[in-house]
Amino acid sequence: MFAHEFMRNALVAGSFVGLACGLVGYFVVLRAQVFAGDALSHVAFTGALAAAVFGLDILAGLFVATILSGIVMGLLGDRARADDVTIGSLFAWTLGIGVLFLSIFTSRSSAGNGTAGVRVLFGSIFGLSTADVRIAVLLAALASASSLAVARPLLFASLDTEVAAARGVPVRALGLGFLALLGLVAAQATQAVGALLLLGLLAAPAGAAHRITTRPYRGLALSALFSVGSVWLGLTLSYEFPTLPPSSMIIAAAIGIYALAFAVRN
Amino acid sequence: MAEAATFQGLSWNPLTDLEQLFAYPFMVHALAAGTIVAVMGGVTGWFMVLRRQTFAGHTLSIIAFPGAAAASLAGLPLAVGYFGFCGLGALTLAGVAGTRKSLSAESAAIGSLQAFALALGFIFVSLYHGVLNSLDSLLFGTFLGITRGQVVVLLAVAAASVALVVGAARPLLFSSVDPDVARAAGVPVRLLGFGFLLVLGLSVAETSQITGALLVFALLVTPAATAHRITSRLGFGMALSVAIALAVTWLGLALAYFSVYPVGFYVTSLSFAVYLLVRFAQA
Repeated sequence: MFAHEFMRNALVAGSFVGLACGLVGYFVVLRAQVFAGDALSHVAFTGALAAAVFGLDILAGLFVATILSGIVMGLLGDRARADDVTIGSLFAWTLGIGVLFLSIFTSRSSAGNGTAGVRVLFGSIFGLSTADVRIAVLLAALASASSLAVARPLLFASLDTEVAAARGVPVRALGLGFLALLGLVAAQATQAVGALLLLGLLAAPAGAAHRITTRPYRGLALSALFSVGSVWLGLTLSYEFPTLPPSSMIIAAAIGIYALAFAVRN
Repeated sequence: MAEAATFQGLSWNPLTDLEQLFAYPFMVHALAAGTIVAVMGGVTGWFMVLRRQTFAGHTLSIIAFPGAAAASLAGLPLAVGYFGFCGLGALTLAGVAGTRKSLSAESAAIGSLQAFALALGFIFVSLYHGVLNSLDSLLFGTFLGITRGQVVVLLAVAAASVALVVGAARPLLFSSVDPDVARAAGVPVRLLGFGFLLVLGLSVAETSQITGALLVFALLVTPAATAHRITSRLGFGMALSVAIALAVTWLGLALAYFSVYPVGFYVTSLSFAVYLLVRFAQA
């Protein structure tokens, strides 16, 4: 399995992306912002296709779109916690724009590009080049480090917003920064598992960790462990059974862990 | 559309434009289906927004996708897959909501369910190689090519679910606004909640056959959210929500007919424009 370069690339990039998703996902679940992650996944789709239509770098379009909309969601909602209805309306529209770009892109380019939409939607982790891997590792490490750096005040602000604000924690700035960070991670995960499936990598390992322990740092570590574990498991499964797409297997592994935690704790 | 001999494009005479819109059976069917779906989306969406179940609704709409993919893999009619999977999804969501410990745990469960549904759908699509071209239409729908039979089925299901929601409107409103008091007053809150999820799943399954799994939301959430911004009264709000959904669907279909861009783009953009307009008019 390790003899193939594409497999090594996928494992290295997948591990780091999984780590970032697990760490950030823990806070996403804690702050009940899974729906915001859902919205960002749609934005990622539109952003990548917009970049493709205008002939720009797809990766750049992805990052700009998700980070910007993370900030916009924070600004639209009160106290930097966007509400469900605003998010829902916004991303229904974003998706509509994405469909427009998809139709322009597929009608303009030759038949070979007809699967571009599918690639963005469901990821292409086996198709990463060495340069892609380097960028993915760098950004994922950055995201993991910054989520760990703000872990203490962010935990405080998430668990008890009023008291944290009274104690001088910059609650609003933290909320905004966190949504921007979530945007960065969402763009990363889009590469690995695709725009539609990244929610699974954000929600399932973190949800399992929240089921098992209420202690924050142990939960954070568990969430990261589960997330990286499901990437490895999923990639191995997909390698052994080539008809099964890797992104689906990663998510299936994550859901398996979640279901196990759910069963054990119920 | 462009290849039709009598198609003349958009003229300056609104009457001939309207005539053109109804000249082809496929367009008449599309308009009929759009109307049915918009009425149902407006009614159930109003309660979905009130009950803050947008995430659950979105997840149900996503579940429609593996349903359709599984049905085409098994060689069954698509409607079987849509209704079967959405019904199962509603059951699971109701189960999750029953055991919920906190809001964050519930949203993690819903999110996981949604990702699982998508992963499943993608597996089905990969197993069934021929479907790759229709993947776009499973996800984003097609208003064109709707048959007369589909319209009849749509009408029957929509009539049933609208009748259920409107019939149970008062107790449902009571239990949505204040579940504890409603329970004390003898309203079967849990049963209502479960029933509503089931109806929501039904209407989502319906709508996704036309708009695709990803665009259902444009007709479910945005018109209802706009109506809730204008009024909180039950009858007026619901009527408003239906009216917006209808206007947006008709206009979107007409625009898509006269241009090369997909109908989903017009419907979502129009409904979001109305939402923004109302929001900023109030601010």
